[in-house]
Amino acid sequence: MAGALIEAEELTKDFDGFRAVHRVSLRVGAGEIVALLGPNGAGKTTTIRMLASLLAPTQGSARVVGFDVARQPEQVRARVGLLTEHHGLYTRMRAGEYLDFFGGTYGIPRDVIRERAGRLLAQFGLGEDHDRRLGEYSKGMRQKLALVRALLHDPPVLLLDEPTSAMDPSSAFLVRQSIAELRRASRGIIVCTHNLKEAEVLADRIAIIQAGKIAASGTVESLKRDFLGSRQMEVRLKGPLDGAARLLPDEAVLVDSGEGWLRYRTDNPQDTNPHVLQVLGAAGLQVVTLAEVERSLEDVYLQVVGQPKGEAG
Amino acid sequence: MSSPAATLRPARSAWLVARREIRDQSRDWRILAPILGLTLFFPLLMNFTARVAVDFVNRYNAPLIGERLIPFLLLVVGFFPISISLVIALETFAGERERLSLEPLLVTPLSNFQLYAGKMLASLVAPVLAAYLGIVVYSIGLILRVGWRPPAELLAQVVVLTTAQALVMVAGAVVISSLTTSVRAANLLASFIIIPVAQLVILESLIMFWGQYSVLWLIVIGLVVTAVLLMRMGVHLFNREELLGRDLDIINLRWMGGVVRAEFTGGARNLREWYAGLFRRSLPRSIPAILTVCMVLVAGYGIGLQLAQVWRLPAVLLELHTSPDAVLANLEGMGFLRPEGWLWVFGNNVRAVLLASLLGAFTFGVLGLVLLMVPVVLVGYFAGNLAVAGVSAWTVLGALVLPHAVFEIPAAILAGAAILRWGMVIVSPAHGRSLGQHWLAGMAEWARLMVGLVFPLLALAAAVEVFLTPQIALRVLFGG
Repeated sequence: MAGALIEAEELTKDFDGFRAVHRVSLRVGAGEIVALLGPNGAGKTTTIRMLASLLAPTQGSARVVGFDVARQPEQVRARVGLLTEHHGLYTRMRAGEYLDFFGGTYGIPRDVIRERAGRLLAQFGLGEDHDRRLGEYSKGMRQKLALVRALLHDPPVLLLDEPTSAMDPSSAFLVRQSIAELRRASRGIIVCTHNLKEAEVLADRIAIIQAGKIAASGTVESLKRDFLGSRQMEVRLKGPLDGAARLLPDEAVLVDSGEGWLRYRTDNPQDTNPHVLQVLGAAGLQVVTLAEVERSLEDVYLQVVGQPKGEAG
Repeated sequence: MSSPAATLRPARSAWLVARREIRDQSRDWRILAPILGLTLFFPLLMNFTARVAVDFVNRYNAPLIGERLIPFLLLVVGFFPISISLVIALETFAGERERLSLEPLLVTPLSNFQLYAGKMLASLVAPVLAAYLGIVVYSIGLILRVGWRPPAELLAQVVVLTTAQALVMVAGAVVISSLTTSVRAANLLASFIIIPVAQLVILESLIMFWGQYSVLWLIVIGLVVTAVLLMRMGVHLFNREELLGRDLDIINLRWMGGVVRAEFTGGARNLREWYAGLFRRSLPRSIPAILTVCMVLVAGYGIGLQLAQVWRLPAVLLELHTSPDAVLANLEGMGFLRPEGWLWVFGNNVRAVLLASLLGAFTFGVLGLVLLMVPVVLVGYFAGNLAVAGVSAWTVLGALVLPHAVFEIPAAILAGAAILRWGMVIVSPAHGRSLGQHWLAGMAEWARLMVGLVFPLLALAAAVEVFLTPQIALRVLFGG
């Protein structure tokens, strides 16, 4: 991928003999969102911290906006907006002075800070609360302010750890929209999230990390195909099946059937589905619905990382 | 999308960090209240104390005590507010880590030095200003109520001493704060700062009561050097990864033993290889420390000679009018010329070296070298007195000291070098190693020099001192 904003090659991180991240490679281009999924302790935050030049890789390398994370940490940090796992606000400060401070650490002139802070606070619905002490903010408001902090210096790369955690649905929707807009502005974005729906909606590509390694990566569609097989269609008939299963063309592989319905698998639904309708219609069977069986990213995720022990299947 | 921000000038960005912290402190009544109290109330209390004390001692015709007490209280008035700086500094990194506000700060493009300097400055500004204000309030009170005007030089000394003490306390506290995982742990380690500083204040008070104010400038120099070493150490040790990563402070004896064992053995498979490593690696690395110790010991001898000019021993003590038989009987009575004597001398020397090592390990090697210097000062003092009494110091020392000094002096030099290296190891640890690893490696290196060279030399020296030196001394000095 030419001109990738984030390029990680075989990133590895050891802590006192424990390998937290093992040979993770990924690339994020401009205008792309990659979601990092994985169970707790999988290595997502450690990977993010290496890309933000907070931790030095034990092995491997990474470049962010062309700068080496190990050898040019200050240049990397100047170009990365990190939304940390904990919002980490100074509770005795007001929003305006808090953003003044952080903007100052990036060398942004004060008038620019004020303009950007005003715009971002308004965008995230905090415009009227800029004069309140951060200790009075709710959890969701603190998370939003932390996001504003990460965006304040207009970084080309964003590393967002659980951006919508602790937010109500409308705030979460607002944040997701904002992240989508940031993608349109040609930023490279990595989102760590446990919210699989959010990942499915936002991400161009998904990387599932387990035990420090990338267990699966690709687009949502490719992951579904690789781990769940071909797409499944379900057809419901008005009456009993009456041998409808035998009528299915070769390219429609029967998966399951029941009272008045059957499911089949196909690699090419654009051609197979009309053919199925045709043969069923020719046999005098009335089709009520023909729809794709929804397969979620959760199904992929559980397939990759396995069901947790002790839970019912 | 805008271009990345230009790099901030170091001083400006350090001030940015400091200003935020100071603003935060100004909103915390738990910091403001004691500072205000110590700035305004405490100097007035000291004024009252000074007035009462002066009146009291004047009744007994001892105005000198009052005159010496007043400057001492000036020092106390300056010291108490800066003790608040210790509390602020201990909390500075450890507290942010506990409140989870450290990571957003670490992810900014501020350099380690800018962060560190900003935190230090923030811990210093309010308490030091409060100390200055307290000194001013106290001084005005002295002028108006006691009728005593502090000399300009004394005032300058107290202000500089207060600042230097604050600098040392804050520098040490910020080092501790950046290396511990919690405020609780940092507070527990605060005794490593408060105890030495309290001892120093006692020493300063003794000097002030003694009236030797010029000596305080030497203390200021020592404090500034210590502060610079601590700051250098702090910046060198400052590690974003360690600040974020370390969750538990636990004692892992197995790990510690492994580090020490690996460094002590140096990969040697037998004694010959071990000694080869000692001479090929440990000794060459110790050359700068060896030269330093030599200079210190020579200086000690010089100090002894100077002291002999000031405090002279009665000449009768230096006369050698005793029969050889009586001297021999005395020597045997003291354990010389007997195996038990060897054990006693060797044990005593080893104990002294171990004590010096313990003191040096926590004082950048300084107190260890001071302890090792004491016998040399005594030898110099003795030699000086002999010279004043017209007795040949070379003859006496050559007979009484030189035979075993041939082994003992190299042992002392090597011991001093080992102590100095161990004590200084924390000032500039190698990158890629934690402070704990580096300190343990330093201890192992100290043990290599001690076990391999110093103790064998001390054993030889003890043997010579007990069995040979008395024979030589008898023949040369007493004609026996």
